Amino acid sequence: MSILDRVDRPNWQRIRTVADKLTTPLHPDDYLKLVNPLWSARELRGRLEDVVQETDDASTLVIRPGWGWSFDHEAGQYIGIGVEVDGRIQWRSYSLTSTPRRRGRRITVTVRAMPEGLLSGHLAQGMKPGAIVRLAAPAGEFVLPSPPPPKILFLVGGSGVTPMMSMLKTMDRRGTMTDVQVVYSSPTRERMIFREAITALAEKHDSLRVQLRFTDDEGMFSLDELDTVCPDWRERETWACGPGPMLDAAEEHFGNHDVTDHLHLERFTLELGDNTGEGGTVSFQNSGKSAEVDGSTTILEAGEEAGIGMPYGCRMGICHTCTLTLVSGSVTDVRNGDQFNQPNEQIQTCVTVANGDCTLNI
Amino acid sequence: MAISDVKEYLHLSPEDVEAIGAEFDAIRKRIEESRNADDAAYIKRMIKIQRGLAFAGRVTLFASHKKPAWAAGAAMLGIAKILENMEIGHNVMHGQWDWMNDPEIHSSNWEWDTAQPAEQWKHSHNYVHHQFTNVLGHDNDIGYGILRMAREQRWNVFNLGQPVYNALLAAMFQWGVALHDLDVERIRKGQKDPKEMKRQLKQIWRKGRNQFVKDYVVYPALSGPNWKTTITANLAANSMRNFWSYVIIFCGHFPDGAMHFTEEELEDETRAEWYLRQVLGAANFEGGELLHIMSGNLGYQIEHHLFPDLPSNRYGEMSVEVKEICERYGIPYTIGPLHKQYGQALRTIMKLSLPNGMTAPDGTPPPDELPKQRNKRKTDAERPGRRSELGAWSRSRTA
Repeated sequence: MSILDRVDRPNWQRIRTVADKLTTPLHPDDYLKLVNPLWSARELRGRLEDVVQETDDASTLVIRPGWGWSFDHEAGQYIGIGVEVDGRIQWRSYSLTSTPRRRGRRITVTVRAMPEGLLSGHLAQGMKPGAIVRLAAPAGEFVLPSPPPPKILFLVGGSGVTPMMSMLKTMDRRGTMTDVQVVYSSPTRERMIFREAITALAEKHDSLRVQLRFTDDEGMFSLDELDTVCPDWRERETWACGPGPMLDAAEEHFGNHDVTDHLHLERFTLELGDNTGEGGTVSFQNSGKSAEVDGSTTILEAGEEAGIGMPYGCRMGICHTCTLTLVSGSVTDVRNGDQFNQPNEQIQTCVTVANGDCTLNI
Repeated sequence: MAISDVKEYLHLSPEDVEAIGAEFDAIRKRIEESRNADDAAYIKRMIKIQRGLAFAGRVTLFASHKKPAWAAGAAMLGIAKILENMEIGHNVMHGQWDWMNDPEIHSSNWEWDTAQPAEQWKHSHNYVHHQFTNVLGHDNDIGYGILRMAREQRWNVFNLGQPVYNALLAAMFQWGVALHDLDVERIRKGQKDPKEMKRQLKQIWRKGRNQFVKDYVVYPALSGPNWKTTITANLAANSMRNFWSYVIIFCGHFPDGAMHFTEEELEDETRAEWYLRQVLGAANFEGGELLHIMSGNLGYQIEHHLFPDLPSNRYGEMSVEVKEICERYGIPYTIGPLHKQYGQALRTIMKLSLPNGMTAPDGTPPPDELPKQRNKRKTDAERPGRRSELGAWSRSRTA
C-alpha cells in the first residue's frame, strides 16, 4: 500500500480513510478503477495517448499517468512499463524522455523494437492509443544533477540516447545548458533516434556541440578519438549510455586515464557478480512447497521451479516488483554480496540467492 | 475406517502409483502452459461482476424500507459476498491467479470480504488442510475442532450437542472460520502459545470489527431513516453467504465416499501418493455452470485438491481427464448431487454425536484385505502434535 501513502494531500487522505470504511477490506480505488482505470493509486497505471514514430523501429509513447503518479522524476531516470501479454503482465524498464514537470500531465518514453524482443516490439509497434499500461515509479541513479556541472560529455550509442534526451531537454527548458559535448553513434542516419531534435537544440544553444557518427559508413567511434573531438574530456563529467561493449570500452578507457570518477554509466542488463550463496532449501510458506537450490539459483527461479506464481518484473533488480518478505533464513544479493537475514525482511527475489535454508511469505 | 496406506487400500503396485502421479503431473503441466488471456479475462470479469453487484446492492439498500428494494438489495449483496468468498477470494488466495503477475489479484496481498484475516486463512487452509488433507490428528478441517466427523475420533459427551453446534456453525460460518486458525483443539489441550494466541486474536478482532462496522454501523447510518431495514438486509446477506458457504464446504470432505487417513500414511508419502490421498479424501458434486461458479468451483473438490493453485475456471475441463484416470485404475471418485452430498454430511454429524457402538458406519465397507488396525488407540502423548508452524500473521509488525 506504499503507493497510497504517496498521495499526500491531507484532504485526500481524510476522504480515503472515510471511504475505506465503506469498501473494507478493499480500497475505494478497487471500485473506482472499474469506472476509469486511471482512478486508482493502488497500482500505478497510465493511458497511452499517442504513439509517435521516431524511426522505422522506434516510437515514442506519450502516456498520461493515473492517480498516485508524482511528476518529479530526475532527468535520466527510467520507469517500468507493464503490459499484459497472454494474460500475464510483463515488465520492462525504459528511460523517460520527457522533462520532469507537472504541467501537461504527460510522460514519454521512447522504445526501440529489439530483434526477438517480444515486448519491445509490441510496445514500439503494436500499441494503440487508449491502451492502459501499468507503470512503476521513476528510479535510477543515472541522473543529471541540478544545477548541471559546468562541463559535460555525453557518450551515446543507439537507443542509449533516451536518458540523454531527457537531460538535454531539461537543461534547455530550465535555461541551464552548460558546456555540453555530445558524441552520438548510430548505424545509419535513418536509424538515429532524435537526430533532428538534437540538431535543433544544438542550433539553439551555442554551448551545445554535437558530434554525430553513422557507424555503417564511418566505422565505430573509438574512444581514442576523444582527444581530437573533445580534447578536454578528462575534465568533463561524462554520462555514457549504449550497448554493453561500448560501456565496457568507456569504463576501461576512463580507468586507464585515471578519471573513472567522472564517468556515469547506465546498463540495462543484470551484471551477476561473483557473489553466490551456499544454496539450501527455499520454502514457500503459504503453500508449504519448497525447492532445493544451489548457490547461484535466485529465489525467484527457485519459486518458479517449485510452481509458485512468483511476482516478477525486470528480473534484474531494478523494479522491485518481485519483492517478498523473507520470514526466516539468509539470502545474498548477487550484485554486491549484501546479506539479508533479519526476520521478515523485504528482499528482491530476482537478485538474491539462498544462504542455507530460508522461508518466504508467499 | 481410516486408511494407513493408500497403495494397499487401492491394491496398486508402486509402479502404478508412480504412473498415476505422472498422469496427474501431465495434466498440471498442460494447464499451466495453456493459461492465457481468456483465463485472465475470466477472473477479471468475475471481479467486475462481483464489485458491480456489491455496489448495486448497497445503493439499493438506501431504499430498504421498500420491501422489493430490501429483497433485491439483500440478494445482490449476498450474491456478491458469495462470489467474493468462493470464486474470487478463496481461489486468489490459493495462488490460482498469481501467474498473471498482477499485484492486485495476487495471493500475497488479497484480503477477502469475511471476518477471517487472509494470512490466517492461508496458513490453516492452504497449508494445513491442503497438505494434510483428511489425516486424523493433522487436518483440523475434520470437524473444525468442534464436530466429530470420523468414527476414529474419540467420542466425548460434549459431542451430544453436535446438531446444535452444526446449526450455529451454519448460521455464523464466517465467525467460525475467523476463529479456525486459532485451533480450538490446541487451546483446549493447553498447547497454544498464549502470546501467539493474543496476536492472532488481535488480528481477528481488527478484521472482524471492520467487517462488522461496515455492515451494521456505516451503511445503516448512511441509509438514514432506513437504518433498521438496512441492518436486517445486511444480516440477511451475510446469513445467505454463511449458510451457502457452509453447505458447499461441508460437501467437500464429509460425504460418505471421502476417506480419512491415519498419520502412518504421511510417513514417506510420495507426491503420487499425496495425489491419491487427495482423490480419496475429497468429494465432488454435480451441477450446471452457474452452480459451479457460485460455489467457487468447489463442486470440483477432487480437482481442486489435486491442483489447488490452478485456475478454478479450468477444473471442469480437468475433471474429465481425472475421472478417466480414476476409472482406469479403479480409484473411487466420489460424486453426487449437491443435496445428496450434503444429506450424507448431515447424517454423519447426527450419527457421530453418539458413541460408535450405537450407530452403524455408512459408505463403502472397508476392503477385506485392509491391514489389521491396532487394537489400542494411541494416547495424545504418543501421537505427533498437530502442525504448529505459524502463519505470516506472527510477523513482528502486527505485534
